[in-house]
Amino acid sequence: MKQLFTFIKKEFFHVFRDRKTLLMLFGLPIVQIVLFGFALTNEVKNAKIVIADYSKDVTTKKIIDKIEASKYFEVEKSLKSHNEIEAAFREGKIKLAVIFPENFNEDLMHLNKAQMQVIADASDINTANTLTNYISSIVMDYQRELMQNVAISLSITPEIRMLYNPELKGEHIFIPGIMAMIMMLVCVMMTSISIVKEKELGTMEILLVSPFKPLMVIFAKFIPYLIISFFNITSILLLSVYALDLPIKGNIFLLYGEALLFIMTSLSIGLLISINAQSQQTAMFGSLMATMLPTLLLSGFMFPIENMPVPLQVISNVVPSKWFFQIVKAIMIKGAGFSAIWKETVILIGMTIFLMAVSLKKFKIRLE
Amino acid sequence: MAESVIKTEKLTKRFGDFIAANELTFDVKAGEIFGFLGANGAGKTTAMRMLCGLSIPSSGKATVAGFDVYKHTDEIKRNIGYMSQKFSLYEDLTVAENIRFYAGIYGLSNKEIKDKSEELVHQLGLEGETKKLVRELPLGWKQKLSFSVAIVHQPKIVFMDEPTSGVDPVTRRQFWDLIYAAADKGMTIFVTTHYMDESEYCNRISIMVDGVIRALDTPYNLKKQFSANSMDEVFYGLAREAKRTGD
Repeated sequence: MKQLFTFIKKEFFHVFRDRKTLLMLFGLPIVQIVLFGFALTNEVKNAKIVIADYSKDVTTKKIIDKIEASKYFEVEKSLKSHNEIEAAFREGKIKLAVIFPENFNEDLMHLNKAQMQVIADASDINTANTLTNYISSIVMDYQRELMQNVAISLSITPEIRMLYNPELKGEHIFIPGIMAMIMMLVCVMMTSISIVKEKELGTMEILLVSPFKPLMVIFAKFIPYLIISFFNITSILLLSVYALDLPIKGNIFLLYGEALLFIMTSLSIGLLISINAQSQQTAMFGSLMATMLPTLLLSGFMFPIENMPVPLQVISNVVPSKWFFQIVKAIMIKGAGFSAIWKETVILIGMTIFLMAVSLKKFKIRLE
Repeated sequence: MAESVIKTEKLTKRFGDFIAANELTFDVKAGEIFGFLGANGAGKTTAMRMLCGLSIPSSGKATVAGFDVYKHTDEIKRNIGYMSQKFSLYEDLTVAENIRFYAGIYGLSNKEIKDKSEELVHQLGLEGETKKLVRELPLGWKQKLSFSVAIVHQPKIVFMDEPTSGVDPVTRRQFWDLIYAAADKGMTIFVTTHYMDESEYCNRISIMVDGVIRALDTPYNLKKQFSANSMDEVFYGLAREAKRTGD
């Protein structure tokens, strides 16, 4: 036990002596949150939208004026027909369509409530979210103005539809995505590099000749990165709750438990890579290819899986971050409990056991 | 006659059809400096790995420090030290941290580690450098430190795989002083080397060619046996017969 502790301490020395690694380990989560959280989501200016007003009354006129006055939107007036609008959406010419049904004002006056439709191009989820929020608040504003003049309560409900990507409606999915990415980076890349480094330097040989068990070497390598990962998750969550106002709806312990599972998955991928790689460069590129790219492209983080060609959808199933991404999304955003994510959890456990078994087997063979 | 600390009988390692080490039979006495010579690919490393408990032999018998290489690799590992041609030190750790780490993984107590560190640092004259990163030390110092670290747990036998490659002659000489000092304390030294002048420092030498031990005796007797003037001649005479090419 003391030997293990000595070893773990040494691993921490390696981490803390290397400024560049340190910066990457602790700075990257913060940079990514800031990038995704602020630079990419908040301000969307002059987004092209179209307004289809089938009611053409005083109320709709006023709302339209407000939308046009806003610096966020640029109303495309040339598009009139339903088909034209649809085509414009498909070609990405417009980001959003606001539709007032025929009897909008009548409903509002007689039934005291009216519905309007807001359709957003959700293939770019962040923009879609921001734009629909803007529209909603403009409508809310107007509603408040109306209420000041009349005694009865009036309500205008913008019915929001996310085009192309209905599942992701209203979700800030980049936090789960960043969590998956950071953990992949820390656990897979750092672990594999640190193991391969020992091979490259020749120190691995010395360790194998010592009474220190080979399995313990692996274990001692895991611990520091496990701790760093937990630190990173915590900092990501803190930032998302306090800096970005994105609350965690589900159980935090469940979230950490699932994160631990995903860390184990990542560590076993890192181990597998380090057994096969002979140099640090190989380990690094291997890690990038095996983790970062699939996480970015196939986890559903950047691009909705539903919109992918079927072969890619099938391949996405073997990407562990896809499952972790769905788990975190469910816990953080939908507030789901374990019953909703047990399937994904089982899949991750299965992957971890499989990867662990393969790498330990290969590790033993290599020792021979 | 001192007792044997390494004893092998027809020790063989096969990789498929390839016989890396073929029926090696020799013994090494306690306190002896035993030179293990051979061209690249002759099977030195394979033999050494079997003796260190890193590789299970295909057939034959061997004991190291009285323990069987098939069954008691853990006990063997506790009783041997190992130094490879590559640096066994962590460059981003300080001198003191390196000593503490290696002493630590061999399970020495805190007090032992402290005493040993002081003794080692004093012996090497590194008093002012303990807080320096190993990266900043000159090559010769690293080599010497590496040896001292390899024997920090006072093993019965220390295996060295070409420990002096790439070191200047003066440092090599100093390095051998350290080896002699260790041998004087009763430690057995098992060393492979490329330098024929170094082989003269050994008590006994074995020369491997194509996986087989072709000669084994004191440098003096070997020169007589092959009627050669130097170990160089003995070695090249034997090595020329090799059919395998080095790696």
